[in-house]
Amino acid sequence: MRADQPLLRVAGLSVRFDTPDGEVRAVDCVDLVVDRGECVGLVGESGSGKSQLALALTGLLAANGRATGSVRLEGRELLGLPERELRAVRGRRIATVFQDPMTALAPHLTIGTQLVETIRAHATVDRATARTQARDWLERVRVPDAATRLRQYPHELSGGLRQRAMIAIALAAGPDLLVADEPTTALDVTIQAQVLRLIADLVQARGLTLMLISHDLGVIGALCRRIVVMYAGTVVEDAVATTLFDRPCHPYTRGLLAAVPDLARPDHRAQPIPGHIPNLLAPPSGCRFHPRCPLAVDRCAQEKPALREVEGRRVACHRAEEALA
Amino acid sequence: MLQYALRRLFGAVPTLFLIVTLAFVLVRLAPGGPFDEEQALAPEVKANLERAYGLDRPLHEQYANYLGALLRGDLGPSMRLRDFTVNELIATGLPVSLALGGMAILLAVGLGVPLGALAALRQNSAVDHAVMGVAVLGIAVPVYVVAPLLALVFGIHLGWLPVGGWSGDARELLLPTIALALPTLAYVARLMRGSVLEVLRLPHVRTARAKGLSPAAVLWRHALPPAFLPVLSYLGPATAAVLTGSLVVETIFGLPGMGRYLVQGALNRDYTLVLGKVIVYATLILSLNLAVDLLYGVLDPRVRQRGRS
Repeated sequence: MRADQPLLRVAGLSVRFDTPDGEVRAVDCVDLVVDRGECVGLVGESGSGKSQLALALTGLLAANGRATGSVRLEGRELLGLPERELRAVRGRRIATVFQDPMTALAPHLTIGTQLVETIRAHATVDRATARTQARDWLERVRVPDAATRLRQYPHELSGGLRQRAMIAIALAAGPDLLVADEPTTALDVTIQAQVLRLIADLVQARGLTLMLISHDLGVIGALCRRIVVMYAGTVVEDAVATTLFDRPCHPYTRGLLAAVPDLARPDHRAQPIPGHIPNLLAPPSGCRFHPRCPLAVDRCAQEKPALREVEGRRVACHRAEEALA
Repeated sequence: MLQYALRRLFGAVPTLFLIVTLAFVLVRLAPGGPFDEEQALAPEVKANLERAYGLDRPLHEQYANYLGALLRGDLGPSMRLRDFTVNELIATGLPVSLALGGMAILLAVGLGVPLGALAALRQNSAVDHAVMGVAVLGIAVPVYVVAPLLALVFGIHLGWLPVGGWSGDARELLLPTIALALPTLAYVARLMRGSVLEVLRLPHVRTARAKGLSPAAVLWRHALPPAFLPVLSYLGPATAAVLTGSLVVETIFGLPGMGRYLVQGALNRDYTLVLGKVIVYATLILSLNLAVDLLYGVLDPRVRQRGRS
């Protein structure tokens, strides 16, 4: 394993779903590199393919889904790996925190059972040791009265505690990469900040690499130094957070930022992006954003823009230079 | 849990009382009485009989007497099978019906649940199509067609099993059990298949996979217990239906169970026999529903807590 190998290198990753209405291309030829210790944010509207991208990393797509391209973890190809070897990656190398902890946790098993089984799936420890480790993990995610919580079922915990337990379960096998898919979306606003703080602290303390997925630029901006913007299954812009916020380039990124209400400037109305997310059964030709794009020209409808380097960022737009000018 | 069970048990008493009262009134609302026959009895004979069974008393008095006897566990004499008390008739018929129904339910669950789960796990495979094909047949073909066919093939042509009758040989219960179990088995298999397919798509199963658990752990610990819940709720009424609905099977295979008494009793206006059977079945259904609810609590902690609070 070479030291200069990135932790995760996704190249030409596409995810297709066979549906009764035809083939849906939820992720289209995505390139993405995540270095060890990085916190990368993946932002986009619902249906932009960000969650499917995350699931495709460890082969967790629904039965009618298929991933093509390449997903390399420290140089090792994960796509097409036999189920048995993927299992050793899931949880142990790449762990995932899902959106709604109410449905993502098994309702009929105690928190303790769900933690212990994760620990024991990846390490040969006896039940009692695993139980102790499970309690330690609940304490690490700041769940008060951990010993009692171990014996409780998900429905006996508040939303915030449930998501903390979910995070503990995700981290229990000691993964390198934590994929958090909308980890705070199902929570009350006041709890959201606590959980984000917790994730940030854990990432730092344990030297984790984080891929945070959200539709909320505020959430992403709070934790991530680098932001990848997705639209209709493609990466449209990939930049350092400060660059992206100060000088967004892609018209979609600009639209996304303008659509966020600014509480500090109540007179400044949020501007929604006109139009709708395209139907991925028949995506628009060329640049998938062109029907909604204020800068679109004829070329945008014909030629798919490649992701290219423009002023210290990667952007997929034919008119990137004009947009920045 | 125990407290909950006891409370539910006591809660069933008023229900049972209501059922007895309704049955008492309804059976008497039906035209005719236990001593009306095609060849009419002499009026004085009939009057004597009615006096002997207390039928000459006002209805509320009869009702009070019946309830009084019932509290002592006495279901009274049969009005048509005059050498027997209702208790005796039930004591001879019920064990046969319970054995038949119990075996049929065990067969239906023991085969239906694994077959349904297997069909779901191999969705759209040959196994799936075979199981579901047989299930559709099992539901669609009535028991009075299946039962004689079974007797014909296994009893007469192959000669493996007795065609009917009851001498206490367990092999005599085999064909009736299969005939009785088939529709329930088919329904359980379909229910389980649908339920497993649904549960496999739930987020918590995806979480289990994302944690790196083995397929066996994902299936047995995360998917199957919740998938069994709909089957369990169906099993309460289904078991009662199998235990009570064995009339056709009992008749075809000549088994001396409870089923035939219910129909005979109702046709003959054998008031005490009908009431006795109603009480037995009501008790069965009430206790089966209670058992299902308690088992539900074992599988689903959310139900358990609701019961406790």
